[in-house]
Amino acid sequence: MNAHLQPTGSAYFLTQETQQTERHTLSVLVDNEPGILARVVGLFSARGYNIESLTVSETEHGRRLSRITVVVIATPKTLVQIKLQLERLVPVHRVHDLTAEGNYVERELALIKVKGTGDHRAETLRLAEAFRAHIIDATVESFVFEVTGKPDKIDSFIALMSPLGLVEVVRTGLAAIGRGAEGM
Amino acid sequence: MAEKMTGAEMVIQALADQGVEHIFGYPGGAALPIYDAMFQQDQVQHILVRHEQGATHMAEGYARSTGKPGVVLVTSGPGATNAVTGLTDALMDSIPLVCITAQVPTTLIGTDGFQECDTVGITRSCTKHNYLVKNVNDLPRVLHEAFHIATTGRPGPVVIDIPKDIQFAVGEYYKPEIETLRHASYRPQVDGDLKAIEAAVDLMLKAERPIFYTGGGVINAGPEASENLRELAELTGFPVTSTLMGLGAFPASDPQWMGMLGMHGTYEANMAMHDCDVMINIGARFDDRITGRIDAFSPNSRKIHVDIDPSSINKIIRVDVPIVGDCNRVLEEMIRIWRSKTNQPRTEAIAPWWKQVEKWRAVGSLNFKNSDTVIKPQWAIQRLYEATKKQSKEVYITTEVGQHQMWAAQHFHFDKPNHWMTSGGLGTMGYGLPAAVGVQVAHPDALVIDIAGEASVQMTMQELSTAVQYRLPIKIFILNNERMGMVRQWQDLLHGSRYAHSYSESLPDFVKLAEAYGGKGIRCENPAELDAAIAEMLDYDGPVLFDVIVEKDENCLPMIPSGKPHNEIILPDTANLGSIIDEKGRALV
Ligand SMILES: Cc1ncc(C[n+]2csc(CCOP(=O)(O)OP(=O)(O)O)c2C)c(N)n1
Ligand SMILES: [Mg+2]
Repeated sequence: MNAHLQPTGSAYFLTQETQQTERHTLSVLVDNEPGILARVVGLFSARGYNIESLTVSETEHGRRLSRITVVVIATPKTLVQIKLQLERLVPVHRVHDLTAEGNYVERELALIKVKGTGDHRAETLRLAEAFRAHIIDATVESFVFEVTGKPDKIDSFIALMSPLGLVEVVRTGLAAIGRGAEGM
Repeated sequence: MAEKMTGAEMVIQALADQGVEHIFGYPGGAALPIYDAMFQQDQVQHILVRHEQGATHMAEGYARSTGKPGVVLVTSGPGATNAVTGLTDALMDSIPLVCITAQVPTTLIGTDGFQECDTVGITRSCTKHNYLVKNVNDLPRVLHEAFHIATTGRPGPVVIDIPKDIQFAVGEYYKPEIETLRHASYRPQVDGDLKAIEAAVDLMLKAERPIFYTGGGVINAGPEASENLRELAELTGFPVTSTLMGLGAFPASDPQWMGMLGMHGTYEANMAMHDCDVMINIGARFDDRITGRIDAFSPNSRKIHVDIDPSSINKIIRVDVPIVGDCNRVLEEMIRIWRSKTNQPRTEAIAPWWKQVEKWRAVGSLNFKNSDTVIKPQWAIQRLYEATKKQSKEVYITTEVGQHQMWAAQHFHFDKPNHWMTSGGLGTMGYGLPAAVGVQVAHPDALVIDIAGEASVQMTMQELSTAVQYRLPIKIFILNNERMGMVRQWQDLLHGSRYAHSYSESLPDFVKLAEAYGGKGIRCENPAELDAAIAEMLDYDGPVLFDVIVEKDENCLPMIPSGKPHNEIILPDTANLGSIIDEKGRALV
């Protein structure tokens, strides 16, 4: 049974979901028109799908196309539904399940503010170098780092900064693209 | 060849170019420029409704009985919000509608202006697509694209929100070529994959216990699809059942017809669905009223599913042969391939199956105990059906929602598609009366009857006034049980017969009400007088409100209770409803 069908409270959904959930990255090519993001987000909330991360920006200005990268956690059966439901939206051109297709790269960018003086400051800088984090703002008692990488790399960097004076974090969400010469 | 005109004139011009003859609407401040443009032309006839919900259901009835899109025009704010129920209804039942909503001027949008509401926001999830037009030069493309999207692929409602200043603005009108509209992102697949269709026919050729399970998709695919379904059924010799939405696609008078399936479907249809070895789903969507308990749904069958909407396939029930495509195209291919492999129906191989089906049929699951003192609702429908058969006119039936709707589906029989209009997916009380008005507008010489309940009909009663204004002789056949019968039945079944707010008190005198509206009122409570009263209704040249006083506590059976599989259907002679559903089933809808 699809987890996303249960909240309807309808008569027959007695059986529990038996499939394991998986984390998948979908790449959605859409017309960049007003309301498109609301359509996509509305679809997820209306049908009870979970969004882990969502990134959107215009990518081809001439053709007014945007690319939405969305990370979802769902069962294989629901993942298929999510793709098909997205494709039903009139302004959606194509949906690729990059995780299912296998061959892709993904990156996220984070801006991380860390406060500290003395030993902490030196340790912070040493770790930042190991993670190839760039300093994009500095005061005598703080840094703002820019880190790019896979989400788990950013997670570890944040974890390491946490005892050293982590103030706040901003993340862009995931951007992903297929490998090789072919485009979407 | 572009022509200069105002946005309001573009609306009318585009409707005319789309061949629209009738639109259903209600004016208001923000819509006045369009109304003014309409006043100055006579290509498109406007039907003035009494409530915007009525306009949407009229457009649905119009669309479903003609195969053409229904068109609605409403003002901003409350006009748009009143249309939401009908839009949702059309989305659930895949009915092509184009709904034009007026909006406050673009400069006022976002300021909480008078009669402003976020129409595109509100209707985003209850339309197939919607638009807010902020530049008059986009209007020609948007208007034509809306018709294209509403009517192709899986049909549905499309909203175009047009601010008042855009209606006044002047721009270049042109009629775009279809190929230039949305070709990149919107391309419904109509031709089924040939390999899959071959695999389906192979399964059908080996079937020993086959069944066709057909739905509204066959009706949406046009009258040829119904013709092709009949041909394929004849070629194969397989039994045919249908959902509520698909009634009429296959003739009820055909011996291969099994009756409707689902929660209130026949015993034979539901048992055959449960026990079949090959299920051929054509244009139905495994709705929960059909499947019953999913993990017990047709456990031993191989399933073929034809649907134009890929997301319908494998959404609820896993199928073995998915075929995305238009029902008509796929049926044509199935016939061609079947013919290339054999010229015999599988009469002999499926003879034992038919024998079993006949045994189930012999149970007589639609039987009821008749009475000579009180009118039984099922009997009233049977008498109505018999009376209409003698009419030379085309007969169209609409319904409200409740027990009367299910009895109509069970006891009124349809031999043609597009003659049965009911709210299936959303189950909207108040649908039937306005839908009948819409059907009658499209078919002025036909006999159009709304089979109604006394509770439902009061939801959109005021559209009787529309019927009177436009001399639309609709007949409203109220099965008056002084109960929200379906709710009462569930309370008996699930809530210890505690009838919380499920009876109709302070009912109006429907006869006087009809007269007050300028129609005719008839009341009948004596079974012996029913036939004569029906004849009087049918003979009257004008709208009739017929109040049939029926048995108050009749249950609608058979019924598959919540949480039960198909083969645990309750048959008519089961006495005590209250003990049938267990604790778990009670929580279910
Ligand atoms: C707009 C709306 N509100 C509530 C319901 C829930 N509901 C389903 S059937 C029903 C009772 C209908 O009563 P009536 O029209 O008298 O029909 P009957 O079942 O008595 O034949 C109700 C309240 C609904 N389907 N639609
Ligand atoms: Mg009633």
